[in-house]
Amino acid sequence: MLVEQRHWMTAEDFNAQLGMCQFLPGPNVVNLAVVVGKRYQGLPGAIVAPLGLLTGPVLIVLLLALVYDCYGALPQAQGLLRGIAAVGCGLLFAMAWRMGMAIQVKPVFWPFTVLTVSGIALLRWPMPLVMAAGLLLSGSVAYWTLGRK
Amino acid sequence: MILFELFLECALLSFVAFGGATALLPELHRVVVDHHHWLNDTTFTQLYAIAQAAPGPNVLVVTLIGWEIAGLAGALAATLAMCLPMSVLIYLLIDRWESFSGKRWQRAVSLGVAPLAVGLVFSGATLIATSAGLSPAGWILVAAVVLANLRFRELHPLWLIAAGAILGISGFA
Repeated sequence: MLVEQRHWMTAEDFNAQLGMCQFLPGPNVVNLAVVVGKRYQGLPGAIVAPLGLLTGPVLIVLLLALVYDCYGALPQAQGLLRGIAAVGCGLLFAMAWRMGMAIQVKPVFWPFTVLTVSGIALLRWPMPLVMAAGLLLSGSVAYWTLGRK
Repeated sequence: MILFELFLECALLSFVAFGGATALLPELHRVVVDHHHWLNDTTFTQLYAIAQAAPGPNVLVVTLIGWEIAGLAGALAATLAMCLPMSVLIYLLIDRWESFSGKRWQRAVSLGVAPLAVGLVFSGATLIATSAGLSPAGWILVAAVVLANLRFRELHPLWLIAAGAILGISGFA
């Protein structure tokens, strides 16, 4: 919409901004809306853009929540949600695979993926802790590899 | 007070959500189900499924979680807590961050965070898979979706979700 309909920004620009927002913590699209909103309209834009982006979907989700509260216990609904959860989890595995394949120097960085999975999924350590330690280690290694080139 | 606690937990989480809301699933689960016992395993997974099927960004799973825990106020508090802190920070820091682009340490951070994000997404997937109570047919569905999604990239995920919904109603998950 931003690129093709309104020509507010170029595709390269959009990709660069999106890449940055994906890397920063927080909901990607919301971050992107803030960045784009600020660029074009300053503070008001940065407030209005994420609000506009979220209001509709939040209302829909709340409506679904009401339906879930009324009918969620029905066996059909349980089956339906289990089917969707299975698909969602397949999509997540696929996404992890794709993200993993995009990593350069895999022998160096994949161990950090394994460490993250062990800490989060197996040992169930608090994520802020795991992320802080992981980022420190993995970031230092990355810093070092960048210096060698 | 539960509303305040919910807000605080979500706000704290928003700072480590590298890779977006998807990466947060394991930690959300740890906080909401294991630590506070606000929701049980099944409800958590079902809320995830609803967010997955609904249009809009996948952060909205926290809206649903907030709703189930504390009603409308909970839904708004959780959503706001998840979006606001980073939005404010990004608003303030974006220009500075852009001026850093290309610096060695900035490239090191973006390079270093990628394998961690992969681990987070993978952990989220395992968590959903194990707590959804899938039947053997459900596991086959998971595998089929992975293959379909990787093999046919043009295929929109909504088709897979629709297929999963139909299979699920018919008892094949």
